[in-house]
Amino acid sequence: MFNQRTNLWHNFWIYMLLFTIVLFFILPMLWLVIAPFSSKASLAVKITLPSLNNFRGLFKNKVAMLAFKNSFIISFSSTIIVTITSMLAAYALSRTNFKWRSTLLYALLLFSTVVTGIAAMVPLFVLNLRLGLIDSYLSVIFVFIGGFLPVSIFIIKDFFDAIPKDYEEAAIVAGSTPSQGFFRIILPLSQQGMVVIALYIFMNTWGDFLIPFILLRNINKYPISVALYTFFSEEGLPLLGLLSAYSLLYSIPVVVLYIIINKKFGFGFHGGIKG
Amino acid sequence: MFEGGIILSKKRAFLFMLPALAFVAVFLIFPAIWAIYIGLTNEALTGINALNHKFVWFDNFTKAFKDPWFLSSVQISFKFVFGSLVGQAGLGLLLALLLYNKKGILKELVSNIVIIAWIVPGVVVAYLWVAFLDKDFGLLNSILGVLGFDRVNWFHTLPVGVIIIFNTWRGTAFSMLLFMAALQSIPPSYLETAEVIGASGWRKFRDIIIPLIKPQILTDLILLTLWTFNVFTPFILTKGGPAHMTEILPIYTYRAAFMGTGRIGQGAAISTIILLINLTLAFIYLKMLKRK
Amino acid sequence: MHEVVFEKVTKKFEKVVAVNKVSFQVNEGEFFTLLGPSGCGKTTILRLIAGLELPQSGNIYIKDKNVEKLSPKDRNVGMVFQNYALFPHMNVFDNIAYPLKIRKQSPEEIIRKVSEVAENLQTKELLSRKPNQISGGQQQRVALGRAMVQEPNVFLFDEPLSNLDAKLRIEARSFLKCLQKELQTAAIYVTHDQKEALAISDRIAILDKGVIMQIGTPREIYKNPENVFVAEFIGDPPMNLLDCSLKCDHNKTVLDFSQITLDISPIKDLVREKVNDGEAIIFGIRPEDITIEYEDISPNSIRGEIFMVETLGPETIIHVKIGDLILNVRDFSEPNLNMGETVWLKIDLNNVYIYKKEDGKIVI
Repeated sequence: MFNQRTNLWHNFWIYMLLFTIVLFFILPMLWLVIAPFSSKASLAVKITLPSLNNFRGLFKNKVAMLAFKNSFIISFSSTIIVTITSMLAAYALSRTNFKWRSTLLYALLLFSTVVTGIAAMVPLFVLNLRLGLIDSYLSVIFVFIGGFLPVSIFIIKDFFDAIPKDYEEAAIVAGSTPSQGFFRIILPLSQQGMVVIALYIFMNTWGDFLIPFILLRNINKYPISVALYTFFSEEGLPLLGLLSAYSLLYSIPVVVLYIIINKKFGFGFHGGIKG
Repeated sequence: MFEGGIILSKKRAFLFMLPALAFVAVFLIFPAIWAIYIGLTNEALTGINALNHKFVWFDNFTKAFKDPWFLSSVQISFKFVFGSLVGQAGLGLLLALLLYNKKGILKELVSNIVIIAWIVPGVVVAYLWVAFLDKDFGLLNSILGVLGFDRVNWFHTLPVGVIIIFNTWRGTAFSMLLFMAALQSIPPSYLETAEVIGASGWRKFRDIIIPLIKPQILTDLILLTLWTFNVFTPFILTKGGPAHMTEILPIYTYRAAFMGTGRIGQGAAISTIILLINLTLAFIYLKMLKRK
Repeated sequence: MHEVVFEKVTKKFEKVVAVNKVSFQVNEGEFFTLLGPSGCGKTTILRLIAGLELPQSGNIYIKDKNVEKLSPKDRNVGMVFQNYALFPHMNVFDNIAYPLKIRKQSPEEIIRKVSEVAENLQTKELLSRKPNQISGGQQQRVALGRAMVQEPNVFLFDEPLSNLDAKLRIEARSFLKCLQKELQTAAIYVTHDQKEALAISDRIAILDKGVIMQIGTPREIYKNPENVFVAEFIGDPPMNLLDCSLKCDHNKTVLDFSQITLDISPIKDLVREKVNDGEAIIFGIRPEDITIEYEDISPNSIRGEIFMVETLGPETIIHVKIGDLILNVRDFSEPNLNMGETVWLKIDLNNVYIYKKEDGKIVI
């Protein structure tokens, strides 16, 4: 473990292992970066003359482009609503004390861990059916909100707890109302927490398949995850060139977001969320 | 019971919490409880029972336990979860150890690649593996061909193996990050002392590292079990085939509830079973957290 | 044979030179201390001897064997870290036994050796407890036991007492010194506390910014500090050091402090050997070598005003203001003094230190 050791044998095995592991991870990714740019795309990883035809074809496909819009609508709405509602709730939970506060928090967390998409598949479907929300963005958005609120509240509450109450108390003594205190003092100080939550929700909802798959029927409402699945599963030969380009474009936003987060926060981010 | 403070009065605090609690109550808590209720009926999406369902009590549950497909999917789920655990936790720990104390480009490169496999949307990952493992065109078979081996139809030869490796590839990043943090938390002086005492790498691993990261190992295993048990993405890769051989419980549930005659009652019963399993796992996790 | 020889060793961390061509030798059975402010390189030197760091250049010998290419386990050194590094998941017995387990000794041997060590260190009753169940002082002895049981060539101590409270520290350091003498094993001890170093060491090496400033016995270092750094570092309260310049004319040789002058004619030959007229120098005198007088009776005494008095039991420290300068005086006669009172300071010219300003090296 002391990399100063000129123990060549030791280091050789470490690098060999790392190389093999990296290979394991990179090989399947190659298709994603090569096929979209190839003029005769197939499932193979073949270097051919680079071409952007796949992308051109993709942009002409109305359904595919519509799905992009749908994904953005769903992810953005979920993100914004969860951020706002979780911040309000977390603020209340942070600044007031009542007997069942921790029980409530842990119960919420328990529910969100236990009631997964799979476990709630059926009742969610029937519920939305009865509410007439099947095939509406709202069904997916509401389900996401219900699912992500507990974790978000937990995280944001931590951020709020770290802000000393002195600020708000000083503001109150100076004459402000609680809402003003919240908006003018707390919000600006919790930007980091808001960003954490927003990114977490956006990245998770962007890639989700199961919920929209169950709750949406109309192909024009599908987000990219379901659209991609539909294209691939169609009868006849799937247009692999278009599909690979589509997959690449689909992946780019979240990968870019990750790179930005990594630059700013480092790995601590992930430990914070899950730990 | 409820103390308002200077900062937020009782009424205000309640109002602040209302929207969040409403959403959670309607779209998270209620469905969980309702699943149990529906499971006790013979409701369906089509046919007579769509209009007029009645209570069948535990009929759905017994039918489920008697259904060979249900039992086989439980078995497959077990194999899948176990394999994924070994894969993700094992590979994650290995990576954390290999990258321990390394800095700079190597560490950045390796960890970022592993993390990107986790970040890329599940649907895309599924199709990456479809392409990678394809019998005629896939990269893996091409490489094997070059090395002189025969091309293999992986989905037919090693169906459960395929979804295990797929899931491992996708999820290792979490374990890796968890263990990297765990290793960081060991004071360097412990390992340096062992080094000065004369302990070899293996002994340091066995006597010092493992005992000190036991809590994280357990946390990792429980969370992974919970998540892997509930993951639906293999559906995109294999749709449960060939011939139901990769039909893990989530896929079976979907089939039972939505495909064919759409017997929701049945599906709900299975959902309830899954809920109970999840609950058990979650309780074990909470027990462990409390012990910390 | 020297126990440890450190020869022209240099260690760099990226661009920073932590240890700069340092050389020293430790004799058999010697208690050798590395003393200096933080960042001076003393811990790095210890780690180089242990094998936890590799030098860029230079040689390290333990018992005449060249070790700088060997890994720590082949050097057989017993190291005690500042935080003791006791394995929290093992009890005291297992902690102490660990080096023996690594060396695959038989269970009977292990039990015998650990009991012996535990007996020696008065930790026998603690053997079944875990580190978090024993006090700081006890933890320190267990860490010591773990190093002892290895029967090492040399002990390496990295500030082992800094986590103990003051009273315990004094007890612990005598205990450590006695033990070391009994075992007759050489020990290299790192600390930033000069009092501690003076109290227990056979010899001390003082370091600053990776360079050895002086090596000597505690008395040698105290009485003959070879440069300004050592003069300033050793001694509590520290030596008075003032800037001045040499002024010679036909009758007198005088130190010019701009506000006052001090006639040093009795020792002028010693000084003029090495210092030129007008040269800038640093004048040093220890607080105990100044005497307070209440009238102007001695020739060439300096007049000043009492600025502050610290009564510390038998010892009184008096801060005297002379113009802009302040001199500290140590007095054991338990005088009754008032702030603002005028006094005369008599300087003992036999115990004066003169350093060149430019390189801080001693003249007398």
